[in-house]
Amino acid sequence: MYSEKVMDHFQNPRNVGEIENASGVGTVGNAKCGDIMRIYLDIDDNQIIRDCKFKTFGCGAAVATSSMATELVKGKTIQEALQVTNKAVMEALDGLPPVKVHCSLLAEEAIHAALWDYAEKHGIKIEGLSKPKSDIHEGEEEEEEDY
Amino acid sequence: MKTRIYLDNAATTKTSQEVVDAMIPYFTENYGNPSSIYELGARSKEAITDAREQIAQVIGAKTEEIYFTAGGTEADNWALKAAYEAYKGKGNHIITTSIEHHAVLHTCQYLEKQGAEVTYLKVDENGLIDLDELEKAIRPDTILISVMFANNEIGTIEPVKEIGLIAKEHGILFHTDAVQAFGQVPIHVDEMNIDMLSASGHKVNGPKGIGFLYIRKGVKIRSFVHGGAQERKRRAGTENVPAIVGLGAAAKRAAQTMEARAAKETELRDYMIGRVLEEIPYVKLNGDPVKRLPNNMNFSFRFIEGESLLIMLDMKGIAGSSGSACTSGSLDPSHVLLAIGLPHEIAHGSLRLTLGEDITKEDLDYTLDQIKEIVNKLRALSPLYEDFVKKQGK
Repeated sequence: MYSEKVMDHFQNPRNVGEIENASGVGTVGNAKCGDIMRIYLDIDDNQIIRDCKFKTFGCGAAVATSSMATELVKGKTIQEALQVTNKAVMEALDGLPPVKVHCSLLAEEAIHAALWDYAEKHGIKIEGLSKPKSDIHEGEEEEEEDY
Repeated sequence: MKTRIYLDNAATTKTSQEVVDAMIPYFTENYGNPSSIYELGARSKEAITDAREQIAQVIGAKTEEIYFTAGGTEADNWALKAAYEAYKGKGNHIITTSIEHHAVLHTCQYLEKQGAEVTYLKVDENGLIDLDELEKAIRPDTILISVMFANNEIGTIEPVKEIGLIAKEHGILFHTDAVQAFGQVPIHVDEMNIDMLSASGHKVNGPKGIGFLYIRKGVKIRSFVHGGAQERKRRAGTENVPAIVGLGAAAKRAAQTMEARAAKETELRDYMIGRVLEEIPYVKLNGDPVKRLPNNMNFSFRFIEGESLLIMLDMKGIAGSSGSACTSGSLDPSHVLLAIGLPHEIAHGSLRLTLGEDITKEDLDYTLDQIKEIVNKLRALSPLYEDFVKKQGK
């Protein structure tokens, strides 16, 4: 069901862990739906993401998308990191099954949430970044009725 | 990795060689239509009668009370829909439980749209219904009580005999979905006052796509599939003779091996449950520890998610299942785990392991070692565990 890349990032996730005194931390998702992602960013004075770590509670796709998202933003500027969309994460993983697309959205939201936290802590405004939803499942439709 | 240790026997089982051998001639030589008059047809008809007899014996029924269906789901659909149709003149109230299989739950939801009123009995933390609650739920217009014999996820065995007695006292039909219990634990339809019972072939080392509905003589539910005169005109369509023969052989075999198998599986089950609870922290056993199917284990490992656990077990050659949302195709975890009161995040971390007749102690030892390693690995990844540890440290 998963691509080789997804399986690789699930089995050998990159950048697992925490960053002490991180510049920004973002936690998104909820336990009700079975996935929670937390991303730690270490951002230097030039607004470059020096380090990025994550922890994820969730399925194989949730772990793999978080792992890939950290890889994609590491070493990037804040503006470049904002361009890491869920689509970019999915493409880098050679695709996700349709039911798992929300995991990639969660990864994008987690990065945005961490950047938002950084901006708030430092009293700056990041162009193009709006306050992230804490829960990507908000407003999601209930299962379709099939009777 | 190739599956080496199959611990998902509640999902389906390996068809036993004995069963396959019994079926083959009904594909290759005895292929006649049972409704045909000539000898070849008669041979098929006889085979069906034999299978019906084999099944009837296992549950203490009369041969003519067994009706073949395309599986447990069809049997559940038939029992509920036809009972509602036949008895709706008397009333439209149905009592069932919140932990039924979807074959029953979704059928009840369908019937609600047709005008039925359904009471979904709550269960306690072990998954057992409360008999007093059942009594209280009964109304003058109650026409059917449908309670599963044993739960497919947590293995809890319901007090079927007591339920049967209550139904009888009130003159209400009693149906039980026995898909998980048939061939695993003793069932006697008369002693337990069961009016209708659904079961399936592939859970007891028989073929898939075949099951049966037991309908007590005198229960006036009618045809589910209209057409020819097969199954006493109650379920039309040319019989799936090889599968019926397979189901008969599987039922006979399951009954013969039940006592010894249950004893062996119960021992292995309790050995494994004991080790898991002892050796892995923050784990919970789901379901009743004693009133439990011999082959069922269901655990919740806190701070981790079930699908991740399943994939990692699969990579070690171990097959299990989970009630996590990711394995159910929806966002919610298993309705059964929620019904026994588990919070969502704990329900997501469930693992069901169901024994089969080939499983050894060594298999379970290996499985336990793998579970330990995987649980540690996933907890190290988990923000929930991180928060928990930090909180503990404070």
